[in-house]
Amino acid sequence: MQVMSIRVTDACIGCGSCIDECPFGVISMEGERAVIGDGCTLCGACAKICPVEAIIIERGQKEAKAPEGKDVLIFCEQRNGQVADVSYELLSVGRMLSDKLGAQLTAVILGEGIKDHAQDLVTYSVDQVYYFDHPQLKLPHEEKYVSLITDLITTIRPSVFLIGGTTLGRSIAPRIATRLGTGLTADCTGFDLDEAGNLMQTRPTFGGNLLATIICPNHRPQMATVRPKVFSMPERVADYPGQLIEMAVPEDLKALSEILSVTEQDDETANIAEAEIIVAGGRGMGDAKNFALLNELAKLLGGAVGASRAVVDAGWIPYAHQVGQTGKTVKPRIYIACGISGAIQHLAGMQSSDVIVAINKDANAPIFQVADYGIVGDVLEVIPALISELKGKG
Amino acid sequence: MNIVVCIKQVPDPSQAKIDPKTGLVIRAGVKKILNPFDLYAIEEAVRLKEAHGGKVTALSMGPPDAAEALKEAVAMGVDDAVLLSDRAFAGADTLATSYTLALGIGKIGAFDLIICGRQAVDGDTAQVGPGIAEQLGIPHATDVRRIVSADDGQLVVERMIENGYETIRMPLPALITAVKELNEPRMPSLKGMMRSKKMQVPIWGPGDIQAEPERIGSNGSPTQVYRTWEPTRKITSQMLEGTPQQQARALLEKLGQVQ
Amino acid sequence: MGRIWVRGSLRHLKTNGGKNPMEYFLTEEQQMIKELAARIADEKVAPVALELDETGQFPWEIMRILADTDLFGVWVPEEYGGLGGGVFEQSLVVEELSRACSGVAVSYAASGLGGFPILLFGSEEQKQKYMPQIASGKKLAAFAVTEANAGSDASAISTTATLDGDHYVLNGTKQWITNGGEAEIYTIIAMTDRNKGARGASAFIVEKGTEGFSFGKKENKMGIRASATRELVFENCSIPKENLLAKEGMGFIVAMKTFDKTRPGIGAQAVGIAQGALDYAVNYARERKQFGKSIASFQAVSHMLADMATQIEAARALVYATARMIDSGAKNVSKEAAMAKVFASDVAMKVTTDAVQILGGYGYMKEYPVEKMMRDAKITQIYEGTNQIQRNIIGQELIKESMRG
Repeated sequence: MQVMSIRVTDACIGCGSCIDECPFGVISMEGERAVIGDGCTLCGACAKICPVEAIIIERGQKEAKAPEGKDVLIFCEQRNGQVADVSYELLSVGRMLSDKLGAQLTAVILGEGIKDHAQDLVTYSVDQVYYFDHPQLKLPHEEKYVSLITDLITTIRPSVFLIGGTTLGRSIAPRIATRLGTGLTADCTGFDLDEAGNLMQTRPTFGGNLLATIICPNHRPQMATVRPKVFSMPERVADYPGQLIEMAVPEDLKALSEILSVTEQDDETANIAEAEIIVAGGRGMGDAKNFALLNELAKLLGGAVGASRAVVDAGWIPYAHQVGQTGKTVKPRIYIACGISGAIQHLAGMQSSDVIVAINKDANAPIFQVADYGIVGDVLEVIPALISELKGKG
Repeated sequence: MNIVVCIKQVPDPSQAKIDPKTGLVIRAGVKKILNPFDLYAIEEAVRLKEAHGGKVTALSMGPPDAAEALKEAVAMGVDDAVLLSDRAFAGADTLATSYTLALGIGKIGAFDLIICGRQAVDGDTAQVGPGIAEQLGIPHATDVRRIVSADDGQLVVERMIENGYETIRMPLPALITAVKELNEPRMPSLKGMMRSKKMQVPIWGPGDIQAEPERIGSNGSPTQVYRTWEPTRKITSQMLEGTPQQQARALLEKLGQVQ
Repeated sequence: MGRIWVRGSLRHLKTNGGKNPMEYFLTEEQQMIKELAARIADEKVAPVALELDETGQFPWEIMRILADTDLFGVWVPEEYGGLGGGVFEQSLVVEELSRACSGVAVSYAASGLGGFPILLFGSEEQKQKYMPQIASGKKLAAFAVTEANAGSDASAISTTATLDGDHYVLNGTKQWITNGGEAEIYTIIAMTDRNKGARGASAFIVEKGTEGFSFGKKENKMGIRASATRELVFENCSIPKENLLAKEGMGFIVAMKTFDKTRPGIGAQAVGIAQGALDYAVNYARERKQFGKSIASFQAVSHMLADMATQIEAARALVYATARMIDSGAKNVSKEAAMAKVFASDVAMKVTTDAVQILGGYGYMKEYPVEKMMRDAKITQIYEGTNQIQRNIIGQELIKESMRG
């Protein structure tokens, strides 16, 4: 919570200018005095327009003066009782950081009927697991998550707070950081600590062509969202002596928004971000119908089909398959780029794959600069050759 | 409906080239364009105005050149544009940016909906949209792929998640961030282009929005860039030679997929 | 014919973004129109050009975009909802669209052909009723004079319009009408008085859906296949007498004056087709290697390209000059309009044929766009007055001018 307040002083002359000026329409006149109702966002429009400066807004500075905060807090995301992989990955990073800081590794998890999951988290070397268990939290309600997590942070004052870079994570993190007036770094791929114990957060920018290390020296907690599949899964420690702490969820927890329904779209090929092997096609495939070759190759390899932006824009394959800066970021074991030139925005989405293979007729195509193995040739000859080799051996 | 669209002018990602000798990006002299994700935001705002009446204002924080991006929005049917520009705003991280934009929105006046593109393709943070919502104390939904309805002061949207989407209802005023699935942006109209050409985009500084100096620009940024560097790029890849059959065999051997 | 070696970007038809090598001193507004048209051609037309040619489907989606972007109204006065430009502005749009697909371009241009008679000769009521719809692109227009027995000899038309009380009744069949069946507003030339010869025809406005007005099958054409070409069939089709344009007997004058305005547009279409073919051929010649070097380095090829480019620039200059002259309000523009049309269309035919030649075997394949451009170019030498008729006109005008001293 930010320490902020607004009040109307005796100087008010009842002119009503503030009523018209309020963008949210929450001011009314009672007698000869303006009254500010619920829904005020402290935007300050009324204070500005008041001819006699009768409206006072106080903004308390909420940032820690000298960086307070000790421990490392990890947000563990769960949906339908399934904890997200990235949350586990963060626990291993978290353990590394807290060991270096000589601090505790803590985690927060929210949901309904999640006590067992909370208990399970302890076995990943977590010293304290804070959990919120309430029917209101059956579905991941972002607004409620933000309120509860922010309150928790204000109480336990961690030094570092890491959130997995899922759609939920990247939506709640900025709200939490703004509410706390602290810094947030997006989509991090690396962490370290400096001598003073500040978190050094590394992230890619400009589509991955420039790496930046960010620090947040004067504000706590130091927050970051973390890219999935960058860090490894932690080891289990079966009898780790960690604590389980249940946190209260107020019955009247307010939220303006409502989740009406959740619709799952079960298209395995679409969630390419999960695939271990991706066979991707670009303009060099020549025609939409040639993507059938990629489908076949992907199937034989047990992988998924990806695409460059150009072919998605041309309507050859749906957007769900697009890899790149404005599509999905993937980090498979093997990425086979077929007829893809290797434009920077595409590389942004796949260059951290373990092994990159490029097949292109143009020996000068930029894709070869990031490929581990390159084939200069016609995709419409090489891919059928790969398919027949794979089939022949089986 | 009164709608504010927050947009940003960014370097054109398609123009960035790799220096063939070093394998590193040449960033100098790259043309600036309207952030691609913002096109979906602008298109949706104009569609809502056409359906419900009202006004659309485009807002941006940036150097004076960013007025060009605002004019592109006007050519697509946006009614007004405002540029927040001042040296004091520079060096802002996402917290200072969302603070500044929120004040700009407050000065524009009453609004029902704010639409932002999901992320800017230079920073790639996707943080400013939700940050603005928090500054203004309004609900938000990210990655919106469809607006189901916007009647009676309630917004219902489909918002993408990893394996599908959630249907969310929020009271207005609210904020949403737009992704590619949301719509197909229109071409600018000739009348719109002429209108935008004649338009003088007002420029507001910290004084105009009564910004607190310690909350804008680098002063107002809790995060700082410690250093930047270019990743080491492998210049050599192993080229596989021969006939397509030989190349295929060699590749599969390398990948260990030989069954 | 050997393995096709070239794929990828070369197959993707891309236009030049509205840039011309030569400076024509366009106003800011004209430059805006040209760039917007070029952008639409590049992003919306080029990707579907080959498909439209194959299926012969009418490009409604693109027509909608041209309407939404206000391009249908560039030649219409502001008081009727247009942009207040003229033939020049319309030619800029036609030229850019033609680089990508002239079938799309002519669908756009033919709406102007159908609308000009109303703008030039309509009463205030008629203009107020029809011009805003045409300017906004809400409705397409078409123009109909040609019949089975009346092509170059327009006076041989046999469609009649008989006055009956406060209606005219139309009977007859028009042939090969561009936008036939898709347009909603038709300007028809029909005989009102056989005895008066050339003074016996009148111009009428007929709306789609009028009883007795139907369409023949869509023609299967050599080129501009995206454009819809149909017969118009009038069987005791009754229209209000208010739909007469100008006066009885003015029919051929309406047609001639209209063509004076629209012939530069055909010239622009031809210039656009030729430019598209040239751009493609230049790119190909640069990339295609034979005998160890790119074929562009062989003089035989580079000289062909040089001639193509020079001819196109000359055609463009003539079309632009003519369009500007017409827009300036010059009284007698028949000779110049004919010159622009005849020269540009002959250039388009030559340039596209040469482009196919430069691409060699690939040029002959439907997978590559130049054979389509060659098929598209042919019609520009035929419609809106064959090039033979154009030469007649030019010859006659020269004699007239010399007689005037």
